[in-house]
Amino acid sequence: MPPTKKNSPAGKRNPGLAGELEQPGSNFRQVRYVLRLYVSGSTSKSALAVENIKRICEQHLKNRYDLEVIDIYQQPNLARDEQIVAVPTLVKRFPLPPRRLIGDMSNLEKVLLGLDLGRRE
Amino acid sequence: MMEGPGAANANPPEIARGKRMKQMKKASPPSSKTLPKASTGIQGLDEITGGGLPRGRPTLVSGGAGSGKTLFGLEFLVRGATQFGESGVFMSFEELIPDLTANVASLGFDLDRLVAEKKLFVDHVSITRSEFGETGEYDLDGLFIRIADAVQRVGAQRIVLDTLEALFGDLPNPGIVRAEVRRLFNWLKQKGLTTVITAERDQADRLTRHGIEEYVSDCVILLDHRIREEISTRRLRIVKYRGSTHGTNEYPFLIDDQGISVLPISSLGLDHAAPVERVSSGISRLDGMLGGKGFYRGSSILASGTAGTGKTTIAACFVDAACRRGERALFFAFEESPQQIVRNMRSIGIDLEPWVGKGLLQFHAARPTYGGIEQVLLLTHKRIISFQPSVVVVDPVTNLLMVSTQNEVRSMLTRLVDFLKTQGITTIFTSLTAAGSLEASEADVSSLMDTWLLLKNIEVGGERNRALYVLKSRGMEHSNQIREFVLTGDGLRLLDVYLGAEGVLTGSARVSQEMREKAVVTFRRQELLTQRRELERKRRIFEARLVMLRAEFEAEEEIIQQTISQSELLGEEVVQDRGQMVLSRQADSSSYKKEGRAKVAPTR
Repeated sequence: MPPTKKNSPAGKRNPGLAGELEQPGSNFRQVRYVLRLYVSGSTSKSALAVENIKRICEQHLKNRYDLEVIDIYQQPNLARDEQIVAVPTLVKRFPLPPRRLIGDMSNLEKVLLGLDLGRRE
Repeated sequence: MMEGPGAANANPPEIARGKRMKQMKKASPPSSKTLPKASTGIQGLDEITGGGLPRGRPTLVSGGAGSGKTLFGLEFLVRGATQFGESGVFMSFEELIPDLTANVASLGFDLDRLVAEKKLFVDHVSITRSEFGETGEYDLDGLFIRIADAVQRVGAQRIVLDTLEALFGDLPNPGIVRAEVRRLFNWLKQKGLTTVITAERDQADRLTRHGIEEYVSDCVILLDHRIREEISTRRLRIVKYRGSTHGTNEYPFLIDDQGISVLPISSLGLDHAAPVERVSSGISRLDGMLGGKGFYRGSSILASGTAGTGKTTIAACFVDAACRRGERALFFAFEESPQQIVRNMRSIGIDLEPWVGKGLLQFHAARPTYGGIEQVLLLTHKRIISFQPSVVVVDPVTNLLMVSTQNEVRSMLTRLVDFLKTQGITTIFTSLTAAGSLEASEADVSSLMDTWLLLKNIEVGGERNRALYVLKSRGMEHSNQIREFVLTGDGLRLLDVYLGAEGVLTGSARVSQEMREKAVVTFRRQELLTQRRELERKRRIFEARLVMLRAEFEAEEEIIQQTISQSELLGEEVVQDRGQMVLSRQADSSSYKKEGRAKVAPTR
């Protein structure tokens, strides 16, 4: 997977360790989440997905996530590089293993499961 | 969001598409009668489809594993880019781009170069199911945007989706995928893209695994790959082609170093010209049997016979004659090597080697088992097209039966004969027949042939001699007689055969019969001479007698004449004497006497 040249937060590598240091209050799972949400323009599904993931992150990953929203209409190359087919797609790049979630993120349970946050519920 | 060079593409595809459609309509108003078509450039396919795939519409290409779907798609794009100036997009859902490039490099397709020249865009769409979790509604805009971007980058008019159905296997919620595929097809149509969608066929009664044929209503092509009796045959069939006539048969096709070649069975119908020009068979006596002029140019000749009857020799004579006229000849030898044929023909005084040296004669020797019947047919076509001969020999056609069934050989020969006729090429096919079934040619091809020479062995008096006759010859008068066929050191001769009490006489029986006939003729000639002399003698006797008779007659005539005149003289004297006697007697009155005297007196 080629690195993005853009000035995105994901461009800063290895945020995991820093995240741990920044979050001394957390007992475990001190890793920093690096998430990318690929949407297409301003469709209702895309808007809903952005809204949902932001809320979930704020609730469950406060202060330890980087979320980048990418509009593939404007960056078709990124869709190609990331092998985006379905939209919206959420890519969890970190922590490993990488995982993809598709859909408008309205099924909270599945989103948390996909992000390995299920046990917190 | 992000700014960048991509911002130019910011229009959603729907808007861009609207503009494009308007432009297209203005540029080329679709003809109401004929469906616009996009040439595939695939050899033979454009003939079957009457010009190619439906332009601006999707075509489904379905087939089992290894049936050549991906290659079909790639060739469609490569030919489009290189031959028709239409760039294309290849969306691969299965194979990786380096693999694709490597696979088609062996067919002479340089994908990298086309990509560099911006005539082709290849994108690999990878979906790994295990990575996915579905969290709600989604659509396939990711794919669509990639396609739209690729199309725009190269200005594509053609696109191949290979194999789109992978989406069904890899994405959750088939309902959504189905709806999205439908949207994709509408979008492709509105964009005016000539599209090939490949699909895997897993069951005989279904075209595609997930039923996407219901969205592709314009054209469906089925590819098939069978192995029968250890020889593989590929077949192509056009299942439907809305709004267009098309061949409905199963057409064999080949994948070789030049890509796909489809072999239409008789795409040109039966409308080939019928030349009246005649060409010599190379054997003057045989020409004599064929109305004195030989074969029609462009006709098909079958020379059939049992082993060792001289089929190849007849063909070689024909080739030799053609080369003497300065025409090119192509010899397909399915049984002997060219060297062997040249050597054997030299033994009967036919030297083919100089023709080979001059480039007038080409041999193509191969065992048909090497590649199956389609391969043979294709090679035949290709060699004929590249060499442009006016005369072709296929020796023997029966060897093709080794690799295929009778039906297939027949259909192959039908195609070959049609092709040769349209090219105006005169062809001799030799056919080996089993003893006992002389008039049934093995491959049952006789009805395709215009002239059928039958060669056979006649066994008489402990000898085996060759004989030839013309079983049929369309459109010309031809001899109904059997000729003996003699191979000598100075070539081939045809001789009369004799019908004796024991049947047809050949060989030494013929020679002795000839001598006997000669004796009879001499005897008759002598007898005739004798009779003529006799007649002459009789005429002379007759004439001599005639002269004698006339002399006799004249002599007698003279005598009779004399007698007559004497008698007359005598008569007058009698009358006078009587008058004087009356006078002297004075028997009548004086008046009567006067009158009587007066009457007689002046005569004196």
